[in-house]
Amino acid sequence: MRRFLYIVPLALFIALVIYFFVAMRGGYDPSTLPSAMIGKPVPTFDLPGPLVPPSYAGPRVKLGFSNRDLLGHVVLVNFFASWCIPCRVEHPVLMGLGPAADVPVVGIAYKDKSQDAVGFLNEYGNPYVAVAMDEGGRTGIDFGVYGVPETYLIDKHGIIRLRYVGPLTAEVVAREILPAVRTLQQSP
Amino acid sequence: MRFFLLLLAILLATLTPPARAVEPNEMLKNPALEARARAISRELRCLVCQNESIDDSNADLAHDLRLLLRQRLAAGDTDRQAIDFIVARYGDFVLLQPPVEPATYLLWFGPAALLIVAAASAAIFVNRRNRTLREPAPLSAEEKRRLDTLLDERY
Repeated sequence: MRRFLYIVPLALFIALVIYFFVAMRGGYDPSTLPSAMIGKPVPTFDLPGPLVPPSYAGPRVKLGFSNRDLLGHVVLVNFFASWCIPCRVEHPVLMGLGPAADVPVVGIAYKDKSQDAVGFLNEYGNPYVAVAMDEGGRTGIDFGVYGVPETYLIDKHGIIRLRYVGPLTAEVVAREILPAVRTLQQSP
Repeated sequence: MRFFLLLLAILLATLTPPARAVEPNEMLKNPALEARARAISRELRCLVCQNESIDDSNADLAHDLRLLLRQRLAAGDTDRQAIDFIVARYGDFVLLQPPVEPATYLLWFGPAALLIVAAASAAIFVNRRNRTLREPAPLSAEEKRRLDTLLDERY
């Protein structure tokens, strides 16, 4: 018993070292918060599109959409803004995602002005099949957005399955997003 | 003397409470509602800065949440309902005081439990030591024999 007591501090120290080691693992960001919306239905919203449609080369975009429009297929909802620098970092990843990944991406411009959002899309290209304006940021709050960019994976029944905070990278898409998309697409 | 008064005045001036982030145009007309809104917003975390309440934070999202909170209160929500409305969207993390539930038992009761364990071990340790100091163990036969010979030698 006595012997055992002497080992306790060493055991605690080793446990702490293991904890620190695990907490420092790559890609782990403690400031990233878990979403309270996982497993819940997409909040009700009906947002208008930008006043002027983006004039990029490519298929026509749906301007404005509501939560009902998301039902029926697996879809990614991406909150972006023309004033958001990480969104520019993420943009090429989104551009590569749409057709190749076989998952529609819809964009919600968070606290952005119509012509600024369209200007952003015209300049860098449009990765979205539909674009809506959330100028007041209320829909963002209903989703639990606390900083753009944020990406939500919605299943066929309109349930939020995954949230990614911060700019998507090719690695995150390949490791987290696409496997989840495939699983959801195969489930009824 | 005048210099010291001046110095004192400067020191006191720096002691004024820090300005709050709440802007005048955000405030509700009804002082009772505004007081409730202030009390609630001091308990809600700003998700952007994460260590400030939305009452203290200048972040855009904090501003939006303050307005939303006031809208809910003005629409007739109770404090509980208004807080639940925001927790439903942002999770328990938005509460600066986490709720008491199985997942947070360690957080709430851990320090007290640690204190009790430490106090109990300290008490046991001190008690044991005192007992050995007060009533030393009785002498063994061998010790008694040695003591007797020592005492005999002297007298």
